[in-house]
Amino acid sequence: MTELQARRPAHLPGDIAVWIFIFAELAVFAIMFIGFGIARSLDPDTFHAGRQALHPWTGLINTFGLITASYLVALSVHRLRDRKPGTAALLWAGVAASSIYTFGKLWEYADLYGNGYNLGTDTFFMFYFFLTFFHFMHVVLGQIILVLLAVKVKKGDYNGDDMNGMESGASYWHMVDLVWLVLFPMLYVLA
Amino acid sequence: MKYESQRVAMPYFIFALILFAGQIVFGLILGLQYVVGDFLFPEIPFNVARMVHTNLLIVWLLFGFMGATYYLVPEEAQTELHSPLLAWILFWVFAAAGTLTILGYLFVDYATLADITMNKLLPTMGREFLEQPTITKIGIAVVVVAFLYNISMTALKGRKTVVNIVLITGLVGLAVLWLFSFYNPGNLATDKYFWWFVVHLWVEGVWELIMGAILAYVLIKLTGVDREVIEKWLYVIIAMALITGIIGTGHHFFWIGPPEYWLWLGSVFSALEPLPFFMMVVFAFTMINRRRRNHPNKAAMLWAMGTTVMAFLGAGVWGFLHTLAPVNYYTHGSQITAAHGHMAFYGAYVMIVLTIISYAVPIMRGRPYGNSNTAQVVEMWGFWLMTISMVFITLFLTGAGVLQVWLQRIPESGEALSFMAGQDQIALFYWMRFVAGAFFMAGLVVYFGSFFIKGQASPAEEVRGPATADA
Repeated sequence: MTELQARRPAHLPGDIAVWIFIFAELAVFAIMFIGFGIARSLDPDTFHAGRQALHPWTGLINTFGLITASYLVALSVHRLRDRKPGTAALLWAGVAASSIYTFGKLWEYADLYGNGYNLGTDTFFMFYFFLTFFHFMHVVLGQIILVLLAVKVKKGDYNGDDMNGMESGASYWHMVDLVWLVLFPMLYVLA
Repeated sequence: MKYESQRVAMPYFIFALILFAGQIVFGLILGLQYVVGDFLFPEIPFNVARMVHTNLLIVWLLFGFMGATYYLVPEEAQTELHSPLLAWILFWVFAAAGTLTILGYLFVDYATLADITMNKLLPTMGREFLEQPTITKIGIAVVVVAFLYNISMTALKGRKTVVNIVLITGLVGLAVLWLFSFYNPGNLATDKYFWWFVVHLWVEGVWELIMGAILAYVLIKLTGVDREVIEKWLYVIIAMALITGIIGTGHHFFWIGPPEYWLWLGSVFSALEPLPFFMMVVFAFTMINRRRRNHPNKAAMLWAMGTTVMAFLGAGVWGFLHTLAPVNYYTHGSQITAAHGHMAFYGAYVMIVLTIISYAVPIMRGRPYGNSNTAQVVEMWGFWLMTISMVFITLFLTGAGVLQVWLQRIPESGEALSFMAGQDQIALFYWMRFVAGAFFMAGLVVYFGSFFIKGQASPAEEVRGPATADA
């Protein structure tokens, strides 16, 4: 870290606009998390019962997929900055790793839905389905962004000179990952 | 004005302002009817006056948006309008249809109007704000589609800018969502869903795109700040508007029969709806602080700043006041809603149309640097009179609403006042609102007066720092 700081002056990675966007997104999730906390304190039994129907192992595997993807994306940013080859390949690997999450999540939805759970079952499942699906859509958007970055890197549109686009996309991706790191324990462990 | 065909915006703006005046006249009639119930009865009963007041608002804003579009799309695309003739034809068709509809409301009773316009064939009438006869609704759809064709052809053959893309996206959304007004299911709960898909997704969805695009255009012109900076802001603002506004529709679903989760979704997302409006305030003031030129049209600058502040207060703050489900349980459909409606429409949509009029009309009248100082001073008097009056209208209606909720909604049943008994208790607020409304009318007269003041034209602009070739 100190080595990095010595090498480069402190700066905001990515565009200021993407950070405004990230903070707005985090605000949405934060309000939903607070709502979840309040609703749980009003009716702990429903939440406890709801949690029993989930599969913590899929949640854990999904977490693994997303963290791996984040690591690969971070590596790719460094590769591009250091003008080393393999940036696009790492981004594609990130998309692949995060697909563990997308397919895992779809399987969970199918399983729960098959067992008769849906958005209207009770307050816990309202939060579960809404929060995870809202997050799921963010992951899909993030994957699209990673693919666009990979294509642009491949075409040579991005090189180490201007890191704005690459850093913006990566920052967004890390936000998506960060939200899941709160969602997972909140829904699968603490509820 | 760089392209001759931009001039076609002029009749749209003029007709919009005429209808605006009509809307205010009916607003005053309504304000008086709140306290003098039989005023103008039976000629103009309350329900008819209300219908005319709200329909005129919608139609004149549409005229304003169309005028704004005809003015700015060719300039942004750097090309003449695809067909000025079509724009003129559509103007007369829309103006005639709009006028006939309003006259129909006033001179024929509503049931007869439904009969003679053959509502039976495709029943769409009888719903708040969507009272227009089916044939008028079809007319609006046809006019908007032809208008979109004209605009899209213009935009496609010229320079593609973010302002044009966002504006046209908003207008396409407006047209598509309008189609829900033709669907009128027999089940009242289902009907309300589709009704809100027009009403809410217009004003808290696609209209925000239109507002954002017009604001961005005017700021580019007035401040000379780099297009890239302004476009970035515009993207973030419209993304936030859509993220919060679409699911925010849920705040209308609280009590119409859908599943309970809407209480949560509607509350959370609409709690965030003030964000894009707040960002517009920061956007406008930041751009103006970073301006590279002092544009002599100070009045347009005032409108641009004013619209963001009033939209934030009216749509953002006053919307948030009663949007959380536990609060809305008590306040739903009270005068608090009316307070919010007045300031939100004025701040967001009336003022953005007046902003582009303030910028574009002097140019179309051969005054590229804005009106004379005297005319601008009078216009700014109009701005302050109307805006301060609207603040008072909103405050008085809020007072009325709080008292109404206190007397009529909070007490246990049996102890609560009935609706009409409650209305008697809040009459003082209604009187004060009427006085504020009269001041608004005075402001409108002053504003109109500013168009007739000649005086020396404004001198050329003073450039701060390096000028940009094309702002």
